[in-house]
Amino acid sequence: MGVFWEAIKQAFSLLVHGDSYVYQVMWMSIRVAGTATIFGMVIGIPLGAWLGIKRVRGWGVAATILNVGLMLPPVVIGLFVFLLLSRQGPLGSLSLLYTPSAMVLAEFFIAAPVIAAITMGGVASVPKDVRMQAMGLGASRWQSVWLVLREARVTLISGIVAGFGAAISEVGAVMMVGGNLSIAGHNQSGTMTTATMALVRQGDYAGAMAFGMILILLAFVITFLLTRTQQGLRRRWLQS
Amino acid sequence: MSTRRSIGFRLPRYAAGIVLGLAILLGIALLAVGCGGSATPSTTAAPVTTAPAETTTTAAAETTTTAAPAGKTALVLASTTSTKDSGLFDVLIPAFNTAYPQYEVKVVAVGSGEALKQGETGDADVLLVHSPAAEETFMTNGFGSDRKAVMYNDFIIVGPAADPAGIKGMTVAADAFKKIADSKSLFFSRNDKSGTNTKELAIWKAAAVTPAGDWYQSTGQGMGETLTITDQKAGYTLTDRATWLAKKEALKGLVLLVEGDKALFNQYHVITCKNGKNIQGANDFMNWIVSADVQQNIIAKFGLDKFGQALFVPNADSAK
Repeated sequence: MGVFWEAIKQAFSLLVHGDSYVYQVMWMSIRVAGTATIFGMVIGIPLGAWLGIKRVRGWGVAATILNVGLMLPPVVIGLFVFLLLSRQGPLGSLSLLYTPSAMVLAEFFIAAPVIAAITMGGVASVPKDVRMQAMGLGASRWQSVWLVLREARVTLISGIVAGFGAAISEVGAVMMVGGNLSIAGHNQSGTMTTATMALVRQGDYAGAMAFGMILILLAFVITFLLTRTQQGLRRRWLQS
Repeated sequence: MSTRRSIGFRLPRYAAGIVLGLAILLGIALLAVGCGGSATPSTTAAPVTTAPAETTTTAAAETTTTAAPAGKTALVLASTTSTKDSGLFDVLIPAFNTAYPQYEVKVVAVGSGEALKQGETGDADVLLVHSPAAEETFMTNGFGSDRKAVMYNDFIIVGPAADPAGIKGMTVAADAFKKIADSKSLFFSRNDKSGTNTKELAIWKAAAVTPAGDWYQSTGQGMGETLTITDQKAGYTLTDRATWLAKKEALKGLVLLVEGDKALFNQYHVITCKNGKNIQGANDFMNWIVSADVQQNIIAKFGLDKFGQALFVPNADSAK
């Protein structure tokens, strides 16, 4: 227990005194997970909306693949991206391994299925006649889809946050393709999760705890904002 | 319209509930842990050297209730990633189990830094590590009961086949490091306070070079991962021979460049921890691993069949 409190105390002093490595790593995490989430939205929302609205042929197969994407252990995704980018791999000539881009790619494959699946659920739960009615009133196809997405926006926000959460908390895949590199205390490709793991391995529990606390804090802030947004949206909705 | 819309909202409300619930659970868990901490008398604040006696008595009582299989007590051996990666434990632990079936051995493979830390906190009972300077500090601080030499292996310098720094065949490690620094060739340091990292820093010191710059990169990871990164990025690194031999097949771009310098020898010690929970088990393990039988029949022969060379040279007193 002494170790526990000592680590928390030291972690606070690290955060307060602005250890530059800690902040570099924090920024790297947020940047990589944020970029991956944006790409995940670009692919995941249209895909999820399409599968949620249309019952095209092969829907079952597509939905199954999406759900497999949800269940894929991140480490497997990491291995896949690693072999893809490794010097002996098909994309080896791009020299992307152990760069933030490689981490974005891995986290994209983790976030996109989450966003797509939750979008699909949200869109599917919007009654079909909302869209039918809109089209009957003269809306174009795209306008009607937009309307359905608007109806499901609270779920969409949950999906985006869940995707970001999955991306920023990933460690195995990111360690494999990011390498947790640094040059003379200057961060190159470390994220909060990989740095935490490396610091624990070195017995530096205080440094690890500093990252752990930032991650928990981040989770609270995001969850709080999400809940607020959802409540706000719902209230406005009920008033209208 | 309003009823229809409320259907659309059922899921999000539910989802937000789950998220909130989880957050509350986390909060409660943290609080519970916190209260537990403050309720315990502050034995931890007292100088650590006086604490062990207390810790061990309560710990001894705890061990019997640990979830080890019936009649077995848990014995935690903290060792290094490089030792585990070499495969030595796959031979050593089954043999120890045969000799001492009353123990359930758990091997924790971490960097020497964390291994020593676990010995300090009492999470480990016995250590098998190779970081002499850090070990001596550990003993001086009173965390260890006994420390004995077990075996040694050696470090080697590996790098890309093209060898841009031109160190192939050099016999003095420090000179090779100096050439790497002078040519600013990419070098990967584990920078994890492990035994290998400590050795690396000692060689830089001997070379009178303070490694800094874009060419000197840290991985913060174990030997296996660092070798992979070095291979992928076509750099140089210092590795123990055992991990190198075990991983060589997967490292297509790397070759062995420097070996044989006395400064590259890597001494392993076994240490029993004062704060450990299974003192008897730790002592049994120590006496077993330095015994003539284990030294000559297990350690001296390990690696012969697979690599055509022994990976470790036993040098406990019984082997001399």
